[in-house]
Amino acid sequence: MATTAIEQTPAHSVEATGLWSWITTVDHKRIGILYGATAFLFFLLGGIEALVIRLQLAQPNSTLVSPDTYNQLFTMHGTTMIFLGVMPLSAMYFNFLIPLQLGARDVAFPRLNAFSYWVFLLGGLLINVSWLFGAAPNGGWFGYANLTTKQFSPGMNIDFWTVGLQILGVASLAAAVNFFVTTVNLRAPGMKMMQMPMFVWMSFITQILLLLSFPIITVALVLLMIDRTFGTHFFVPSGGGDPILWQHLFWLFGHPEVYILILPSFGIVSEILPVFSRKPLFGYAAMVFSGVFIAFVGFGVWAHHMFATGMGPFADAFFSLATMIIAIPTGVKIFNWIGTMWGGRIEFKTAMLFAIGFLGMFIMGGLSGVMHASPPADLQQTDTYFIVAHFHYVLFGGAIFALTGGAYYWWPKMFGRMLDESLGKVHFWLMMIGFNLTFFPMHILGLNGMPRRVYTYSEESNFKLLNQLETLGSLILAVSFLVFMYNIWKTWRIKATAPADPWNGATLEWSIPSPPQVFNFPALPQVSTRDALWEMKRAAGGSVPEPQRVSGKGIHMPNPSFYPLVAAIGVTVTLGGFIGGSHLPVHIAGVAILLFGVYSWAFEPA
Amino acid sequence: MHASATHAGDHAHEHPTWQTYTKIALILFALTALEVWSYDIVHRHSPAALAVALEPIVVEVLLLLSAVKFALVAMFYMHLKSDGKLLASIFSFSLLLAAVIVVGLMIIFSYLYHVHPTLNPLK
Amino acid sequence: MADTAHAHADDHHYTATGIDNRKLAIWTFIGSECMFFASLIGTYLVYKGRDVSGPMPHSTWLLKGVEQEQMLEIPLVTFGTALLLFSSFFVVLALNGAQRGNRKQLLGWLCATIFCGMFFVGMQVFEFTHFAHRGMGYTTNLFSSTFYTLTGFHGTHVTIGLIWLLSVLAVALRGKLPPEKSLNLEMAALYWHFVDVVWIVIFPVVYLIR
Repeated sequence: MATTAIEQTPAHSVEATGLWSWITTVDHKRIGILYGATAFLFFLLGGIEALVIRLQLAQPNSTLVSPDTYNQLFTMHGTTMIFLGVMPLSAMYFNFLIPLQLGARDVAFPRLNAFSYWVFLLGGLLINVSWLFGAAPNGGWFGYANLTTKQFSPGMNIDFWTVGLQILGVASLAAAVNFFVTTVNLRAPGMKMMQMPMFVWMSFITQILLLLSFPIITVALVLLMIDRTFGTHFFVPSGGGDPILWQHLFWLFGHPEVYILILPSFGIVSEILPVFSRKPLFGYAAMVFSGVFIAFVGFGVWAHHMFATGMGPFADAFFSLATMIIAIPTGVKIFNWIGTMWGGRIEFKTAMLFAIGFLGMFIMGGLSGVMHASPPADLQQTDTYFIVAHFHYVLFGGAIFALTGGAYYWWPKMFGRMLDESLGKVHFWLMMIGFNLTFFPMHILGLNGMPRRVYTYSEESNFKLLNQLETLGSLILAVSFLVFMYNIWKTWRIKATAPADPWNGATLEWSIPSPPQVFNFPALPQVSTRDALWEMKRAAGGSVPEPQRVSGKGIHMPNPSFYPLVAAIGVTVTLGGFIGGSHLPVHIAGVAILLFGVYSWAFEPA
Repeated sequence: MHASATHAGDHAHEHPTWQTYTKIALILFALTALEVWSYDIVHRHSPAALAVALEPIVVEVLLLLSAVKFALVAMFYMHLKSDGKLLASIFSFSLLLAAVIVVGLMIIFSYLYHVHPTLNPLK
Repeated sequence: MADTAHAHADDHHYTATGIDNRKLAIWTFIGSECMFFASLIGTYLVYKGRDVSGPMPHSTWLLKGVEQEQMLEIPLVTFGTALLLFSSFFVVLALNGAQRGNRKQLLGWLCATIFCGMFFVGMQVFEFTHFAHRGMGYTTNLFSSTFYTLTGFHGTHVTIGLIWLLSVLAVALRGKLPPEKSLNLEMAALYWHFVDVVWIVIFPVVYLIR
């Protein structure tokens, strides 16, 4: 295998531009931007799917879309938002920030990093190509067997789903290995684990969750794919199979997955709140240990998604108790965030508004979550809009608010431009109002009996008014995103002149120019405390000078490479050969491309 | 290729020797033979006295033997004994979680299929 | 220590733990793979004994009314198991040779490892085809499906390991595996040991425990 760090040739001393340079990039900052842009586009797609859902539900007995199309819409909305939206948006931050916050020049395996991005892009495109066949996945984002077996889902829809998710799983696993090694091994000299920025800690725990939970869904998907392709009966009752096994395997992954979705956002909020409260994060150690506890115990609560399947009283009690216990470390975090702001001098920048909004909305989502943790209560709530309300409060009110706040916060560092604060505030308030108008009434609708995943409802149900309010809310949400995109476009046109440290940040990324140079740091920093940059400023008498751009002569940076993309194509083609049945020539072609990509990568001239 | 930083750790600890590796190989072989022999005793019920004694605990015996083999390969061939805590922790934690998942699934399904079969809609 | 650490930080082999990035990466990947095999083994165990008809691992069964012997053939697999165990031993010797710059030791034992691995895969292929002839297809019953899937995935991992070891052998034959590059073999060896260790679990669980 070739080494990762290679002599910098003169051609790389100025950052390359042009399409080819982006296709062959192994620079974590560029890969982060690729993740972010791609994820944002998928997010908009998922948002459009949601808008169509809301338009369909605005009227009783509506025929705007057919029931089958509706099934595809909510399946793709969920799958897209989770796997193509929130996760890669988090990956944008992992990529851009982790090396910078650790004081490193790049991740441990830059080409593997690029590979992860390309696999993600190709997987996301593959799963959406299904729309062109009129066969988008339609079995829900959780694909319950045996609805998803060949007998009840004879088309290609579920094949796109199982194959697409397996491809995306490869991307996530590769990235998780990469960031795990980076965090453990590439910390700046002197930086102990308990001195890392909280975003890095939460991301680190997320990588561990990814590594341990994705293999489980891989097995579940493989077994389902084998049932559909080769006629086995893993989940087919007539052959002795048990659909409940699918549910257990899926949720063994699925519950850690929701912590994968939210922990990075916890980290982002833990970065923003201290800076705009001008106080260090309250209770650093408690934040670390509560994160570890949540992740670990999160492996023991999966069957709280299955209270209605008749597991028996012991299982119900066990999972109920474990789920309620997780509320404790979560509560610790919430109090610590409040404690961070308490007594601080709050600056209500847009990023801070989103972080505070996160706090409020996540608390609400957490409260409804604890309500579901009681099996008797959940028997009423499960499969109703009450659940839909819960997870949108934690995933939108939680993750999306935090990820958006992170965008306003780190935009200057990534692009050298500040987003407009006034437009930002308009964005925030529209989003806050639109979000609550869309999702709060769902609590009421759910308790009044409106089921999930139904394409319409009757006039007599009296669901109409609240549904209309929700649809109005979703339109306001859409407008808020238009404001955001306008903000991006408007500020893009000015020259990139943002300062290195517009917010008086605490962490190392603010100690280098905006945007950073290819090699990140002219000299790798030495760290001995938390909030390394605040400490440096304190030691220098209150502030440090604006960092200048310097020549990168003598700094070793990895060469760009085309082979990660080739290998990614190989993976996609190999697995894609399972759509609509197993096609041996396609598998063979895919493996050939993969082997070519991998060997070229391994033996690339240093 | 290795900088002094990475090599220092290797030479500070003793490496297992040729002889150690060979001994481990022979032990592994012997343990495997014991496993198969246990199976054979119970399967053919011969010698009868041994079979009667072994049968109630044969599952535990087999699992114990394989656990010992597992540990030997991990500690000596994979070098975990001399390599330090971080790598051993990564492996141990994953194994622990893996065992919890397997045991958890077995308990849940055993309950579903045997203790309370009426709860199982598939019966 | 701080000064030397600073001077070394830009040394492209600097790591905060002293463990090479790639070695840490292999162990991290191995940790993840534990969960993969745990899920497969869990599935096997959940469905164990749930068949009402079809091939049985440890008891006789009826094929079209004719009584058949138990499907699993212990002597053959025991032989394969022993081979795989010895291959772990051989690769350790090969690595030892690589680390000490002893080319003959490296090449000889690496070949021995690969031979043993190939025999193991060959044994499995033979076993699968033999089972198929005796009436156990992939979809015949739950035992057949879970058996082939679990051992098949393991066999696939062995095959990938063999391809990896063969690649390292090719590099070594061209003289490009000096002691400084022995990590390349060490990574393949760790993966190989893991594959062996998974079999150490599968063998009793599938073949020996009734």
